[in-house]
Amino acid sequence: MTSLAREAPGTRELLMGNEAIARGALEAGVQFATGYPGTPSSEIVESLARVANEAGIYVEWSTNEKVATEAAAAASFAGLRAFSAMKTAGINVALDFLAHLNYSGLGKNGGGLVMVVCDDPEGHSSGDEADSRWFASSESIPLLEPDSPEEAKEMTKWAFDLSEEFNGFFLVRTTTRISLSSGPVTLGKITFTGRKASFDTSQCISPYLAKLHHIDVLERLTKVAKAFEKSSFNRYQGPQNPELIIVCSGVGTRYALEAVQSLNLGKSVGLLKLGTLWPFPREFVEKHLSKTKQVLVVEEIDPFLETFIKKTAFESTTLSGDLKVYGKESGHLPRIGELRPDLVIKALATLFETEYVDREADYRQKVSDASEKLLIDRGVTWCAGCPHRASFWSIKKALQKDGRDGFLTGDIGCYTLDVFPAGDKLIKALHAMGSGVGLATGFGQLGQFGSEQPVVAVCGDSTFFHSSIPALLNAIHNKSNMALIVLDNRATAMTGFQSHPGTAFDAMGNKAPAIDMANLCQSLGCKVVITDPFDIKGTTAKLRRLLKEDKVKVLIMRRTCELVRMREEKKPPYTVWVDAEKCRGEKCGFCTRSFKCPALPWDIETEKAIINKAVCSGCGVCVDICPFGAIVKQEVS
Amino acid sequence: MVYHDDPLNLVISGVGGQGNILLSRLIGRSLLRKGYHVAVGETLGVAQRGGAVMSNLRASKKMPVGPLIPEGKAHIILSLEPLETLRMLVRYGNPQVTTITNFNPLFPVSVLSRKDQYPEYDALKEAIAKLSASAWFLDATGMGLELGAPIVANVIILGGLISLNLLPLTRDDIEEELKASFSPDRVELNLKALNLGMESIASNTQVSN
Repeated sequence: MTSLAREAPGTRELLMGNEAIARGALEAGVQFATGYPGTPSSEIVESLARVANEAGIYVEWSTNEKVATEAAAAASFAGLRAFSAMKTAGINVALDFLAHLNYSGLGKNGGGLVMVVCDDPEGHSSGDEADSRWFASSESIPLLEPDSPEEAKEMTKWAFDLSEEFNGFFLVRTTTRISLSSGPVTLGKITFTGRKASFDTSQCISPYLAKLHHIDVLERLTKVAKAFEKSSFNRYQGPQNPELIIVCSGVGTRYALEAVQSLNLGKSVGLLKLGTLWPFPREFVEKHLSKTKQVLVVEEIDPFLETFIKKTAFESTTLSGDLKVYGKESGHLPRIGELRPDLVIKALATLFETEYVDREADYRQKVSDASEKLLIDRGVTWCAGCPHRASFWSIKKALQKDGRDGFLTGDIGCYTLDVFPAGDKLIKALHAMGSGVGLATGFGQLGQFGSEQPVVAVCGDSTFFHSSIPALLNAIHNKSNMALIVLDNRATAMTGFQSHPGTAFDAMGNKAPAIDMANLCQSLGCKVVITDPFDIKGTTAKLRRLLKEDKVKVLIMRRTCELVRMREEKKPPYTVWVDAEKCRGEKCGFCTRSFKCPALPWDIETEKAIINKAVCSGCGVCVDICPFGAIVKQEVS
Repeated sequence: MVYHDDPLNLVISGVGGQGNILLSRLIGRSLLRKGYHVAVGETLGVAQRGGAVMSNLRASKKMPVGPLIPEGKAHIILSLEPLETLRMLVRYGNPQVTTITNFNPLFPVSVLSRKDQYPEYDALKEAIAKLSASAWFLDATGMGLELGAPIVANVIILGGLISLNLLPLTRDDIEEELKASFSPDRVELNLKALNLGMESIASNTQVSN
């Protein structure tokens, strides 16, 4: 594999948007990078971490996004170029600090500070479709949005220069289809700034007195607006007097181009592509929109540009009084979900009253027949050998036997799949990182109001450190009656096995002190029990006993993520097979039906359970599930 | 036959964990080397946990392209699981599309819990064939198991694609990319898989309309 940090100016590489951003930071001479993993942003800091030693930079996975931005800001205050990346949910966590940082500025010799935030329209891997561009407008933070991996690299680089010039941090916003898509990127030169960190102690970097700093913030924005008006990341292509102009940003730019080409409207439609979104490049937009009487806005998630185009039109003295602005508010494009090229083609076709046929009626009919008769969904599920499948099996049994209608509150990780078809939907409230514990502290107080239901919060090892600890302290201090189960699989598994404060290695692969969560909880005064989730009987019994105690109790279900184990050990622990003589087949079906392991289907002819050798990880847990002893395992030597 | 449309739209689908991302990278890099504007849209994150995953790969000589294929506009669908071939045909299929399927049914979790029924294999094969201009079926996972590594089913399918000459890519182009992508000890296995896929497609079932 070639390194992202290699010197090869001029080479064209196929890079994922997130890798391109990382390369942009390297080309800008970044020295200090932080983040917390979350799809669709994880590969940015991951890529930097992978080349940290080679490039001579410092990279960390921070405990959470707020800490990440604080750590990066410190490096900037001391003169280094610093960087942080996160998903939109993460910027919510960091915003308290970021809002104040935007007021304080970066101090006397602040190094360029760039933050990347990745939105996830469609909620492919997120609990919302939040549009982070509003943070930029509400907090007066400058924001750029690239239309491709190539531009993502260039913009990231430029954002460092801007940050130093205007003494404030800059946001780069991407969406899933920029971050996780790959495209050609021309590599530039890597800058080794080699700056020595030095913090000027003659200052105090702070937003207080707020009113005075608010003036600075608005003045900064006015100056940035001037730079943005001239930026080549904003451009117009198309006829002199188009019938309609598509204003587009981000990946919408490519879809708009494709729509114009597919409908052969190059002579009637112009494209006004915007890359500097906040402060809104008002004069530039006004100048170009004066060429037309109709506008279609193509952007991801909310009608953000649409709002400011309408405001511009309302206040303008040069724009046509009857300028029509189409987009999400007019219903030409959907408010929900991500953009797709065909949605843009159809919107444009509607406005030009032309027909767009994606396939002929008879093929469409055949497709709909086949779909109706044969197509079924494929829900996400735990991998074969995943400790969570066994953990949830035991939790289900313990809650059933406990018999008081107990329930789980949860948060974000692979174990969240419990609420998908993989699981039995034991988690009854599921919101944000660490929120399962916060909710449980509240539920655990409801005994005084007549509740008799036990409440059990579940979190992962990474979310335990990320934001569960303050809630746990709250529970202990306020004498809440709750249990916490930490599903400790020794990795930030969902996003690609990144390090966290409990792992014995850091982001750059160096040895690191692993924080012992059992000791930590014990020192706080919780009752702590550790169990191996593959020991189903023992785990169920331990949980049942804990549920009877009226205090804060912690059960750590500890077993390494199967994908990590396999990568390290390179062979399964057991060979597993089904004894067809003993298997009752479809008359029973208990193992396949209730354990739902993807490696344990059945033979469609004999109807007996079988092990799919291409999928089985050899964990052997199903051996304990079968009521007839028909599943057999043998240790692999 | 090489597809001459521009952009060229290739869908790669499967079940999370089967290695479809590797395929899109290998093909994407090779096409980039040939001077195409390439864009690859991918499913990452939660869908990788046993869900339906797909890559959209697009290549144009004329203009930069976006990472998603419009509905009904795929030229080729490579799929590592037959139910996923059908899913992709429903979304991207058209009367000109070629499909290559690893006929290795993996039951979705809703089938394991008996909420849904997996389609009968013959009916599934027939539906795929009916919606494709030409449909190829390989047991790539079976061949992979014989090589001791079921994960190379993806490269076996790629071998099938290369031998059909649908893309402006040769075996040598792919070999070069395999050598750049894998450590030396894995290169040999993957080259074996590539050859196996190329050989077996000739002797395998093609259903043409």
